[in-house]
Amino acid sequence: MQDSVKAFSLQQLDADAFRPATEQEKEYITKMRPSSTFFRDGVKRLSRNKVAMVSLILIVLITIACIVLPMVWPYHYDAMLGVRPGKPVDSSFNNLAPFTYGKTELKRIEAGEKIFPHIFGTDAHGRDYFIRVMYGTRISLAVGFFASIIVLIIGMTIGAVAGYCGGKVDLIIMRIVDIIYSLPDMLVIILLSVVLGRVLNVEGTIFEKIGANIISMFIVFGLLYWVSMARLIRGQILSLREQEYVLSAQATGAKGGWIIRKHLLPNCISVIIISTALQIPNAIFTESFLSFLGLGVNAPMPSLGSLASDALNGIYTYTYRLIIPAVVICLIVLSLNLFGDGLRDAFDPKLNA
Amino acid sequence: MDSKMAYYILKRIVLAILTIWIVITVTFFVMHSVPGGPFVGEKAISKEAQAALEAKYGLDKPLMEQYFTYLHDILTKFDFGPSLKQRGRMVIDIILDGMKTSAKLGVIAACCAALVGIVLGAVAAIRRNTVLDKVIMVITTAFVSMPSFIMGSFLLIVFSVKLGLVPANGASAGGLILPVITLMLYPMSYITRLTRSSMLDVLGQDYIRTARAKGVSRVKIIFGHALKNSLIPVLTYFGPMLAYIVTGSMVVEQIFAVPGIGRQFVSSITNRDYTMIMGTTIFLAALIVIMNLITDLLYKVVDPRIDFK
Repeated sequence: MQDSVKAFSLQQLDADAFRPATEQEKEYITKMRPSSTFFRDGVKRLSRNKVAMVSLILIVLITIACIVLPMVWPYHYDAMLGVRPGKPVDSSFNNLAPFTYGKTELKRIEAGEKIFPHIFGTDAHGRDYFIRVMYGTRISLAVGFFASIIVLIIGMTIGAVAGYCGGKVDLIIMRIVDIIYSLPDMLVIILLSVVLGRVLNVEGTIFEKIGANIISMFIVFGLLYWVSMARLIRGQILSLREQEYVLSAQATGAKGGWIIRKHLLPNCISVIIISTALQIPNAIFTESFLSFLGLGVNAPMPSLGSLASDALNGIYTYTYRLIIPAVVICLIVLSLNLFGDGLRDAFDPKLNA
Repeated sequence: MDSKMAYYILKRIVLAILTIWIVITVTFFVMHSVPGGPFVGEKAISKEAQAALEAKYGLDKPLMEQYFTYLHDILTKFDFGPSLKQRGRMVIDIILDGMKTSAKLGVIAACCAALVGIVLGAVAAIRRNTVLDKVIMVITTAFVSMPSFIMGSFLLIVFSVKLGLVPANGASAGGLILPVITLMLYPMSYITRLTRSSMLDVLGQDYIRTARAKGVSRVKIIFGHALKNSLIPVLTYFGPMLAYIVTGSMVVEQIFAVPGIGRQFVSSITNRDYTMIMGTTIFLAALIVIMNLITDLLYKVVDPRIDFK
């Protein structure tokens, strides 16, 4: 012991090692590479994924188109072009093929007027089909978006409370989740849509245009679909709440709600984003299915599902009228699915390991 | 069988019974909350006639009494009451009648979906990152993104209207071909993707490497070791697949005019045949819950690694 202390003499030390570092040296050490957050890493990975980026661009384009185009389009989604006040109904406007015109329009064209073409023709009531598809896209996207927001809020709150509180609260919530999970969701949706469509009175409210059926669909989504989101978030929070920073927050006197909002939820943001993104196509599917059964949006408001199911009546003569909304639904759902997959690949920490 | 497993099985059975009871209760009270009752909105009928009708269907009794009678009839005699719109027929008879066709359609579709899906998924996993794998993945992704009624209508246009290959009416013998294809495409694509990812997972395991190092033939590795183990996650999909087929059959039977239970259900929604809607909902829900229960129990038996919590 004493020998080793003796051996440690000042002469043996290199004096250079104790000189303060120059600015250059400091820079060399500190600026190895710019620091990056988990979120920025994820965005970087996502932007390298070509399929996901193309899908994202497609979704953005479709969204912008269905918001902006109806504002500038010369036709309205429920204006029957052959019907004019004080004149007999001009049936030449009904069932126009793409890029053809009604009788009065042809006359006006001969007179030198420029008439905006009916790109997709008109439907059986003489309504411009292009603008109906645009409105339908808008409704379908809105339904998908708001339904997943509802699912997100309810699922996140309940999942976080169950995961953070644990014990009896967790047990009771998870039993309820188990039961709702084993309910056949589609049957319950149909049942509630049949009934709520008659019970709810939406006349005179802002919901009048989209109708009670869609409102009941939102209600059903809020009642049933939160369970898988709640399960996911609960699982995340269960592992996160064992972390030291939660203990230190508790030690400094932070309340449960604060810890959940400021510490736990931001840490499961990737799971939240991914499952919300994948929820949207699910809701669009459900809406189109309900529209097919006649439980969708109120006429004359179109949705992609109701346009497609209306087109089934004239399927042999006007096949394109089914193909157009079908293609739009497939494009939206496909690109949302692919983008969701891309998000999962970019943000799922399990896959990065 | 140890006590832990027995406890697990018991718990699942109790949960299933509870779920079916909740479905019956919710269905009953939701349906009875419709204002005016089932006979309002039909042709104007006299007060006496309405009272007589209500007495006949037991609607004049207190709600709770009606509920217990309904529950009692279902549990003891599988009796869902008479249909309101198809006069003189019992709901359970209509359901059983429709089930004959629908069950055939559903079972064939489920078997085809499982068979084709597992084969495609296994092929994609074995030939990973080749053109074949990419083609299979693109096609299945496309099928997953298409609502079944659109798929069904396209198949109807192409194969029976334009090409005239198969009859458009589902009631005839060859008429089930298109409905089966429409119904199986979504679950098939799902199973393909599921099998592929779980097979890739299994192929990366140590015991596969050991088998290969021992000189076991490729065929034996794939069929003897890999495929068997990669099918376990696929098994869990059978419950959801049945639920999909039940709802999908409503659409498919409507498009192809198949006289099954899905078509009966849709038409009962359109005519507001309340007892029929209630009966069919409860029947199909019970079917799905029971199938989910069987899948869950089977899953735990097949995979001994899963613990019973």
